[in-house]
Amino acid sequence: MKECMVRLIYCEMLGYESSFGYIHAIKLAQQGNLLEKRVGYLAVSLFLHENHELLLLLVNTVVKDLQSTNLVEVCMALTIVSQIFPREMIPAVLPLIEDKLQHSKEIIRRKAVQALYKFYLIAPNQVQHIHDKFRKALCDRDVGVMAASLHIYLQMVKENSSGYKDLTGSFVTILKQVVGGKLPIDFNYHSVPAPWLQIQLLRILGLLGKDDPRTSELMYDVLDESLRRAEINHNITYAILFECVQTIYTIHPKSELLEKAAKCIGKFVLSSKINLKYLGLKALTYVIQQDPNLALQHQMTIIECLDHPDPIIKRETLELLYRITNGQNVIVIVQKMLDYLKQSKEEYTIISLAGKIAELAEKYAPDNEWFIQTMNAVFSVGGDVVHPDIPNNFLRLLAEGFDDGKEDEQLRLYAVQSYLALLEEEDAFYPQKFLQVMSWVLGEYSSLVTDVDTEIILTRLHRLLKKTFVTPETKAWIMAAVTKIASRTSCSKTVDKLIQEFSTSLDTCMRQYAFELKHLCEDKVLMKSLLPFDASCNDIVVDASLSFLDGFVAEGLGHGAAPYKPHHQRQEEKLSQEKALNFEPYGLSFASSMSSSGFTGRQSPTGLSFGSDTSGNSAETGHKETNSLKLDGVRKLWGKEGYLPKKENKIGKEDEPLTVPCGSLLAGHVADPPVSQSDQVATLSEEEKEKQQLASTLFVGLGSNAGVSLMGKADMATQKFKRKSKINETQNTEETPDIQNSAALALGPLLDTLPSNKEGHEGDEHTRLRKASPCSSDTVEDNLAFEKPQSLKKPGLDNKLLHSSLSSSSLFADSNIEIFHPLPSAQCESANKTLLAPSLPGELAELPHSEVVELCQSDDLALHLCKVWTDDSLLLAVFVSNKNTSALNAVNLVFEKAEHFRILESPAYQFSVIEAQSVEHCQQCVQMDKICTQGILSGSINYQSEMETRLEFSITLSLLDFIRPMEMTTEDFGRLWLSLSNDVKQNLKMSSQDSFSAALNTLQQKLKLHIVDIIGNEGILACQLLSSVPCLLHCRIHAGMLALWFRSPCSALPDSLLYQCQKSQHSDLSELAS
Amino acid sequence: GCLRQQPGKIHFILLFSRQGKLRLQKWYTTLPEKEKKKITREIVQIILARNQKTSSFVDWKDLKLVYKRYASLYFCCAIEDQDNELLTLEVVHRYVELLDRYFGNVCELDIIFNFEKAYFILDEFIMGGEVQETSKKSAVKAIEDSDMLQETVEEYMNKPAF
Repeated sequence: MKECMVRLIYCEMLGYESSFGYIHAIKLAQQGNLLEKRVGYLAVSLFLHENHELLLLLVNTVVKDLQSTNLVEVCMALTIVSQIFPREMIPAVLPLIEDKLQHSKEIIRRKAVQALYKFYLIAPNQVQHIHDKFRKALCDRDVGVMAASLHIYLQMVKENSSGYKDLTGSFVTILKQVVGGKLPIDFNYHSVPAPWLQIQLLRILGLLGKDDPRTSELMYDVLDESLRRAEINHNITYAILFECVQTIYTIHPKSELLEKAAKCIGKFVLSSKINLKYLGLKALTYVIQQDPNLALQHQMTIIECLDHPDPIIKRETLELLYRITNGQNVIVIVQKMLDYLKQSKEEYTIISLAGKIAELAEKYAPDNEWFIQTMNAVFSVGGDVVHPDIPNNFLRLLAEGFDDGKEDEQLRLYAVQSYLALLEEEDAFYPQKFLQVMSWVLGEYSSLVTDVDTEIILTRLHRLLKKTFVTPETKAWIMAAVTKIASRTSCSKTVDKLIQEFSTSLDTCMRQYAFELKHLCEDKVLMKSLLPFDASCNDIVVDASLSFLDGFVAEGLGHGAAPYKPHHQRQEEKLSQEKALNFEPYGLSFASSMSSSGFTGRQSPTGLSFGSDTSGNSAETGHKETNSLKLDGVRKLWGKEGYLPKKENKIGKEDEPLTVPCGSLLAGHVADPPVSQSDQVATLSEEEKEKQQLASTLFVGLGSNAGVSLMGKADMATQKFKRKSKINETQNTEETPDIQNSAALALGPLLDTLPSNKEGHEGDEHTRLRKASPCSSDTVEDNLAFEKPQSLKKPGLDNKLLHSSLSSSSLFADSNIEIFHPLPSAQCESANKTLLAPSLPGELAELPHSEVVELCQSDDLALHLCKVWTDDSLLLAVFVSNKNTSALNAVNLVFEKAEHFRILESPAYQFSVIEAQSVEHCQQCVQMDKICTQGILSGSINYQSEMETRLEFSITLSLLDFIRPMEMTTEDFGRLWLSLSNDVKQNLKMSSQDSFSAALNTLQQKLKLHIVDIIGNEGILACQLLSSVPCLLHCRIHAGMLALWFRSPCSALPDSLLYQCQKSQHSDLSELAS
Repeated sequence: GCLRQQPGKIHFILLFSRQGKLRLQKWYTTLPEKEKKKITREIVQIILARNQKTSSFVDWKDLKLVYKRYASLYFCCAIEDQDNELLTLEVVHRYVELLDRYFGNVCELDIIFNFEKAYFILDEFIMGGEVQETSKKSAVKAIEDSDMLQETVEEYMNKPAF
């Protein structure tokens, strides 16, 4: 089998289909002996990818091997985990891997760190709690382990550099030791100590020191030393030097270091080795923006590289030039770039280069003529692969113009003239995007040209329409141009001919355009008003919410049509159905309000119709749309009167990605650069002279060394074509808030259907919730977030509020919140000295509570704990029993700060005196700050007997301690459900059909969920995480499976609850079912 | 593609012969099989067509290829544009050194006939596209250890059972 597997791997490498053997690879890893296992794991890592369904089958094997006593097996399991592991199964192995961090063998520790790094990359939330352990790994005595942890740190620092500034000192110290040769000689590579480690550290330091003078200060010394130490003439030292230079130029500058780094770059650039030269250019490109003088120092080298036979060097040089472009050298540099562009065939190069040329042209164009011709070159050479932003920006620039109206006119005029000249040629071929640009400009501005007959322009456009290489999309643009021009002429033979020709076209779109044109031509007044001259920038008022369609939608729904589901939601649902297990929270849905309408009857949790919400929904949708710019193109097509043809159409198109092929005839149209290079003079001296000349044109305006005092001029490179931000995106939002409000108001009457027992505040609370529900989930969260701090400040009042709106269930049916409030003053009630057996005081004993368990004990005293689950909090009742025969004075109880929990009031409590043989108790109210399924709250108690004594204890708190049932009506549920965005779905297996109610009961008892309603084989349940984060559950029984669907405003909550469900299912559901 | 961009990450490593035959491939980004084949074909062509005097780096799409020839074998890595090409060249060299140390004067045939071993060594040295700084000794030792263990197990298994 092992040999077969090796051969299979080989076959796959040769390109043969071998997926039939994947399952055997997994089996081999599972069942084989050590040797086979290793090959099995290897095959798995080569065959499968992260999301492969078979990968789940491997999890069990990995878990088993992680627990093995054989180190080799553990190693193999850790290796596979760090290579490929299903994200949703991380919780299954995480604790095992955490354990391995303490392993005595360094190789195991190293691999465990690697595995955790992998987890950090694919699911950062799940390893958040072990950041401390990363720190421990960083301090590991083994260099390998420490180096592995640096990968994690590099990534974390990259994401949030400010969070790790305190570690700068450690990184500097490590680097110092490495550079100073303090590592075991094993780690040397060509007598350079741990180069990869050094580079990793340099990168981290660069990120930490960026824009931070204080932190940078700490690293100057070690960077200086790194530069000095890297002397040996070997690639690896150059690689380190390169990183060093980058770091020095990234952090807060220090002139001394910069000088040294610059010298270093010189060594690279002047090297005769191509590889080093290339790296030198790259470094130069990186630093040149800060220090343009460096470019002057190396100008001759740069000129030489510009004609280097190796394309990568040429390109890097252009990249460098691109960074030093200013108003004075733009013509030469752009010419060089265009030359390169014309030679490139690779799509990616063309896209990026065309983008850069367009950017430079827009920024620094010396005059109109040059600008238009450069852009012509970009469009014709770049072809249809250029980024759609380029034609869009170009057109916008023409349309919006600058502050100087006269200048605008000239630019447009020149553009029209140049396009007319281009179109004159009969057989010319142009990319589609270019044609679209031309036709838009001609359509808008052709009337600026006075010396050309409109008839001629129309003929040229007409000719284009008949060309076969013109795509339908471009034809639409051309037709639009024709229409615009036609609106400005009284009558035109060409237009008539065109109408006639295309009225019978087989292309329906063209036929449509032709008919539209025909009708418009018949009503010139309408046509003129529809197509005003130069109004492309004027805003058009559009009813973006499409509210005129509401009636239609309502009618459709009334007839039983399924409500609209936005595309992303459909996809999401499809995805979530495909995935087996998902412990990861879904990202916030882009527009949860849209999800509100996203129900088909089958999935509706209550079976109720939400049709009554539609008008609100539609308004919501409209609101969303106006906020996002993407719909620019769409919304202008439709208005209250219906279809707004032509004119709007064109504006819409402007924002659309344009598609087009390629030609290269524009060469002649690009202005000749002042430096003519085409002189084919071969004599050396001539060539040198030429280069000198080129250099003077290229590096003009860079720094003071340029000979002439050009200092001031560099600043003159102001952006010529400054774009006016005239586009008005927020225009249409004006009316939407009203709609939203009225939607909320419309729900007002529903409030009357509230459950019984209400007090004064209660109504308010409900209104708030209700109001929030039709809005996006953000609003809901905001509301909740807003409530939280309040409730902390005045727990008495607010908890009551919360309670009345959100809680009480069968489990807590007998509870009465009036009995106990964790008022600030009542935070710790020392009371009831009973004898040594601790028991809850009367009022607490009536509440649901855990058994009294011992926390710790010494000769003098014992500590007991009882959890009391009140409706609005978790109370920890701590009993301190004095076992001595004498009283104990000043007993201090202190809880440590925990990551997930928070003690509501002061975390410390002092018993001033505990009488002999008696028990005192205090209560602490705890909240869960960060959601976790289980966490530890630790603390200590210290007291003075014969000597100062300190006892430590820890309390395990589970998520369920903080979950309370949430009472609500079915309608409330429905509305709340719609407003929530975080979904988690999961199917659990049940062994028999009839246990649905039993399963629900289990959920009710184990998870403290409140059963809101049961309809047939569907049930809805609700609970809340204290205080006030709701979580709703919809479950349905289907073919022996219990389909669970959680929703909550908090993404982690459904995951954790699901986990609890699964846990309880293992213990109970199956039991109950059988 | 990968979920997040990692600095210094190698996207894939290819080993191929002068005749363009693939000898080893390791992908650190998820791609469909078809895509991999296409990329491999394209890259092998690009690199074999390069002349010896040019640099060891090639622009390829938005990535850079870093390659080096050892005897009849080409080693090629794809890295991100802003990464350190020179360092990647040394990654290749280090890998060759490791192979050399394990096989003793490694040649193309060693890799053809023991290519699973070549993978094991690679996995010790590069994880998820990133170099693990380890001593050369410990990397090779890890492989040898498990080799030894496995061989003894194998011997044990092959012993007649009487």
